[in-house]
Amino acid sequence: MLNKIYDWVDERLDITPIWRDIADHEVPEHVNPAHHFSAFIYCFGGLTFFVTVIQILSGMFLTMYYTPDIENAWKSVYYLQNEVAFGEIVRGMHHWGASLVIVMMFLHTLRVFFTGSYKKPRELNWMVGVMIFIVMLGLGFTGYLLPWDMKALFATKVGIEIAASVPFIGEWIKILLAGDATILGAQTLTRFFAIHVFFLPAALLGLLAAHFIMIRRQGISGPL
Amino acid sequence: MHRGKGMKFVGDSRIRSYEKNRIPKDYSEYPGKTEAFWPNFLLKEWIIGAIFLVGFLILTVAHPSPLERQADPTDTGYIPLPDWYFLQMYQLLKYEFASGPYNVIGAIIMPGLAIGALLLVPFMDTSKERRPFKRPLPTAFMLLTLFAMIYLTWESVVNHDWDAAKAQGEIVEEAEFDTSDPGYEIYMGQSCVTCHGENFEGTPAGVPLTGTGHTAEEIADIAVNGVVKDGQQTMPADAFSGSEEELQQLAEFLSTVTQQ
Repeated sequence: MLNKIYDWVDERLDITPIWRDIADHEVPEHVNPAHHFSAFIYCFGGLTFFVTVIQILSGMFLTMYYTPDIENAWKSVYYLQNEVAFGEIVRGMHHWGASLVIVMMFLHTLRVFFTGSYKKPRELNWMVGVMIFIVMLGLGFTGYLLPWDMKALFATKVGIEIAASVPFIGEWIKILLAGDATILGAQTLTRFFAIHVFFLPAALLGLLAAHFIMIRRQGISGPL
Repeated sequence: MHRGKGMKFVGDSRIRSYEKNRIPKDYSEYPGKTEAFWPNFLLKEWIIGAIFLVGFLILTVAHPSPLERQADPTDTGYIPLPDWYFLQMYQLLKYEFASGPYNVIGAIIMPGLAIGALLLVPFMDTSKERRPFKRPLPTAFMLLTLFAMIYLTWESVVNHDWDAAKAQGEIVEEAEFDTSDPGYEIYMGQSCVTCHGENFEGTPAGVPLTGTGHTAEEIADIAVNGVVKDGQQTMPADAFSGSEEELQQLAEFLSTVTQQ
């Protein structure tokens, strides 16, 4: 039955090559932990993606309760943390996942660096990877403000002052991020929320797609 | 788009119609112990994901994510701390050569150089050699950077007063009390309110009164004699000035707050 449905769709849309491009490739021996246990270092990239998926899913659930407004942001997080069923778990996954994604991404970067995998012909993929790193740090920075508690507000103040110290364009960056030249308040929170849930994830998904298309095109780097 | 004699299409679409099933490549033709990603490898790889997820969930359940009290922009005494992965930058900005007039060095130039160098590594290390020990310069630079990052983070962690950080951010429960009580009127009329706040929430000059557990007698004593802690007068004596009866009313009213 399922096969018949598949064939029916495939005949009309020729979908087989699409998933074959993604799924149908060989895994070489030197990256397979089943053959060499030390090959677990090749899992860091995949685990980074795994945590990223967890971040997206848990973040989607968090927005069902979160209110990006200075009156209610903290209260909504407090409610989520203390009243909502499993709210503590979902927020905990998003909170700790944010740290884990940095850890796994850092380990993945070190693996690629020390195995020299960024060399020709994989220069572009390395650069896209570094951009993903920057976007992830941006997600961490903007997400830190959203609970609107004391450490969020004052850490963001420091962060925005650092951004403002960029020569020539610092003041513009500050106003773009904070929404005002002097106040860090309601505008800042809505902007950080928008950046955190729309702008940066969009950039991240684009960069991840490029990262994965390139790795599928070129294949994983050979053994040392 | 493919065109040609003898090619068949599905209807008037551009999808080619195939006579027989396309068979996937046989992996036996690849050298070494390679295996198919789908489904062979994936059926083993999920185990690593599952182990990782278990560890992750244990961490999540064992350590609820922190939430400090609601942001209060007027509380300028608060000492901020970024998330742990920014601690290295935070620490860098404490050094003389990277702060004050040289702030731009610590805040922009050094992180910018690090990220820029990381981005352009493939164009600086262009040899074909991939083994880390056969290309000593890139390896040495990366190890040096790693050491610096770990050292800066470590310095930042040991120099931070974690107890004070915890105390300054703690959520203070709001006290429930009766504003029409004559005791509250006395509280507001005396010097108590200037340090302990209108809602007993405390200020930088005085501790919160909620939940201290003091009885009415103790409060009456404190209001007259102040508080001495470790040989230091932390609350001045004779803070209360009024009749004995008023003192009694105040103490009884406050004991309803301190017992909360």
